[in-house]
Amino acid sequence: MLCHDALDRAEQVARHWSAHGCPVVIHVDKKVKRDAHDAFVKSLSRIENVRFSERHRCEWGTWSLVAASQSASELMLRDFPEVRHVFLASGSCLPLRPVEELKQFLAERPLTNFIESVTTEDVPWTVGGLSLERFTLRFPFSWKRRRKLFDAYVLLQRRVGFRRKIPDGLEPHLGSQWWCLTRSTLQAILEDPERPVHDAYFKKVWIPDESYYQTLVRLYSGDIESRSLTLSKFDFQGKPHIFYDDHLQLLRRSNCFVARKIWPRANRLYDTFLAPKEGEPGTAEPNPGKIDRIFAKAVERRTRGRSGLYMQSRFPNSGWENGTTCAPYSVFEGFADLFEDFEGWLGKMVGARVHGPLYAPDRAHFAGGQAHYAGALSDCATLRNYNPVAFLTNLVWNTRGERQCFQFGPRDNQEPSWFMATDSNAQISVVTGAWAVPLFHSKRNFSEVRKEAARLQKIEVEHLEILRSPYTKARVRVWTMADFVESPMEPLQTIIDEIGLRHPRRLTEVPRMVDLKGFGQFLQNLKNQGMQPHVMGDFPVTDRGDGAPDTPRKPYLVKQ
Amino acid sequence: MGALRSYRLRLQRKRWRIRAFRKRRELHCIADRTRQIGPGDVLVFSTLRNEKIRLEYFLKYYRRLGVNHFVMVDNDSDDGGREYLADQPDVSLWHSTASYKRARFGIDWLNWLQWQHGHGHWCLNVDPDEFFVYPFCDTRPIRALTDWLDASSIKSFSAMLLDMYPKGRLDGFPYVEGQDPFEIASWFDSGNYTISKNHQFGNLWIQGGPRARAFFPDNPDRAPALNKIPLVKWHRQYAYVSSTHMLLPRGLNAVYDEWGGEKASGVLLHAKFLDTFSVKAEEELERRQHYARSHEYKAYARRLQKDPDLWCNWSEKYINWRQLEILGLMSKGNWA
Repeated sequence: MLCHDALDRAEQVARHWSAHGCPVVIHVDKKVKRDAHDAFVKSLSRIENVRFSERHRCEWGTWSLVAASQSASELMLRDFPEVRHVFLASGSCLPLRPVEELKQFLAERPLTNFIESVTTEDVPWTVGGLSLERFTLRFPFSWKRRRKLFDAYVLLQRRVGFRRKIPDGLEPHLGSQWWCLTRSTLQAILEDPERPVHDAYFKKVWIPDESYYQTLVRLYSGDIESRSLTLSKFDFQGKPHIFYDDHLQLLRRSNCFVARKIWPRANRLYDTFLAPKEGEPGTAEPNPGKIDRIFAKAVERRTRGRSGLYMQSRFPNSGWENGTTCAPYSVFEGFADLFEDFEGWLGKMVGARVHGPLYAPDRAHFAGGQAHYAGALSDCATLRNYNPVAFLTNLVWNTRGERQCFQFGPRDNQEPSWFMATDSNAQISVVTGAWAVPLFHSKRNFSEVRKEAARLQKIEVEHLEILRSPYTKARVRVWTMADFVESPMEPLQTIIDEIGLRHPRRLTEVPRMVDLKGFGQFLQNLKNQGMQPHVMGDFPVTDRGDGAPDTPRKPYLVKQ
Repeated sequence: MGALRSYRLRLQRKRWRIRAFRKRRELHCIADRTRQIGPGDVLVFSTLRNEKIRLEYFLKYYRRLGVNHFVMVDNDSDDGGREYLADQPDVSLWHSTASYKRARFGIDWLNWLQWQHGHGHWCLNVDPDEFFVYPFCDTRPIRALTDWLDASSIKSFSAMLLDMYPKGRLDGFPYVEGQDPFEIASWFDSGNYTISKNHQFGNLWIQGGPRARAFFPDNPDRAPALNKIPLVKWHRQYAYVSSTHMLLPRGLNAVYDEWGGEKASGVLLHAKFLDTFSVKAEEELERRQHYARSHEYKAYARRLQKDPDLWCNWSEKYINWRQLEILGLMSKGNWA
């Protein structure tokens, strides 16, 4: 048992092991102050099957940890001849199951060594990007205290092409440093005539406590179960996850024998698991699946985070967002100008929330004309314009699980254009030139209309350039108004299929197109005034001869 | 960052420390129990004025989290709060009659006291109306968090200010001493915050929430900052620059991940909007001791006269920290 702090807990656990007939050899880090050490030794001195081994000054990643376990193991083998399996634990390990169950488990497998031992190629969890190089470079500098020197020296050796020779017969293996070996294997490792060679070699390997026994065990035993009996999870920086009182049920259900590392003040865990147990010892196999998942998720959260979330502790640099928004959304440009009550119709067709123009100059037109929307977003234009992109990312984040659609156009704040165009979650459908329809219907003075048309066309052209840029990741579809009016159903069907129909059938009810009678002439008038309206496509000057100019145009119907 | 800029920031930090040193004369000790502070203790630092009604619950809340000692500055209260605090067994109290504004809203005083008593401790800087919520705070004491931060070599922990408000008029629900303020102010805005980066100090600048929505719709850039870094493993060389929004050295402000991941963070529930608020707003307006000529309080007073309800249809009712984590206001990071 390797201890360096929380000695009161280590004492408690040592008592537990020894009371259940397991001899304990304790190594106390030399860094522990003399008073604390003496008190610790004294507290356990009356127990007959507890010993203290020679002390070493331990530092993470260095040979000292192996040296500590070696001297402790030697003492164990010497003083307790009845011992068949030796279990390496730390002072912050806690047995989760009755010691009897562990004894029985090991008695049924008298020759098996439980030690995680994997070749370097198969290890995904190496810290600092070093796996095989742990064995072939030299590491004279402390990783914790002299990180810069450490890194520089590694780099230098790589440049120079330095390689240490691995002693003959050794095949480097890595694994968790907490093992459980049989007496014969441990004896073979410690009493091998080649041991000075091995020790000399491993003294300069990085993190030898994860490779010394793991490599040598392969020389002496054919009966290896490559897993650790100690439940120990590591985070992305290679430091162990800590267990707290609220992990009690998880730990209990994991059926693992020993867990590490336990927070020293987790009173409930210590009280529960060190309490005497009644009843028949169970024989269940360890099953840490659920704990694995929880910690894997924690690492994922820390390294990748939740896409589309911007908050106090996640504010990714540009390009590192893993998705700039969290869910797909649709932007419609020109449709609301071309159809009467397009929003109402779309809302009925698709299972999505349909907003009006969210970036309109007067206010954000949320669905249903609400003053606030999800997450208490305000419809106030100045608040929205203060950070228009955050407005959109907030909206999409706040409505996770429900697709958002909104109208957009050249009359609106153009600031989010680039953001939407480069967002792969955006579906942008544009009918170019449709902004002219409200102008055509307006009763304003024609010179004003002409000026406004020129302004809007300029904005739309700029917007289209953005949508056509090579950086665009959004799903963009653009039709000129002339093409769209010819056959609007097919494009609508495509867009809506992509969003997902509420009723997966062909469109039956169609939106009602506004009256475009005279629109061609209106465009011609603009031209006559010296403006060139080109984004609408080629509109005929005269209306199509449908023979019934007074009745509104019938909606298109597509047969089922 | 260039050497020159780095040196400038260093000078600035020294300046704040010298200022804190000068301002120590304004503090008069009333009860010094700092000898009780043991190694590894977690400390709360706080400045207050006329907040007696809040103190009972404030102390109870933080004692329950496992805070060991409170170091507080009373800015000349006349409501009995000073006497109340002086009697508490785990409070060390200083008194000042000097200007809150000229002590940079109390920061100079607290920089000094932390310099003296906070070195080597985890220090939590909160006002009496701020309640710290962190991941697993319902099952793990604050010591679990600070031990984990130590083990992860993290020196500062962010907790955004979350304004809480009642449903209905602010003056509709009188607050009683000792009561949990979030029984009344149990609503908050979950997703209308905007963030930008302060490149000089490296911190984030967060605005939004009900204050931006209700009080600053016309000039959102004046809406108060909500980013806070209240929990710091203090070193005597450190200094808060502006409230607890940012610190020097600059590395302490790097409480957010820039490569897509989430760091662990908490929330400060802000119980400002109780029935006591309108009285306070008027008083503060008169004293003119707040930031930027108290423009914030002017905006409050204007709005509160006509419509003192901050609640809207999309307000979220507070349940627990897990709700805040799901909403994305805070994160567990890799603490599990």
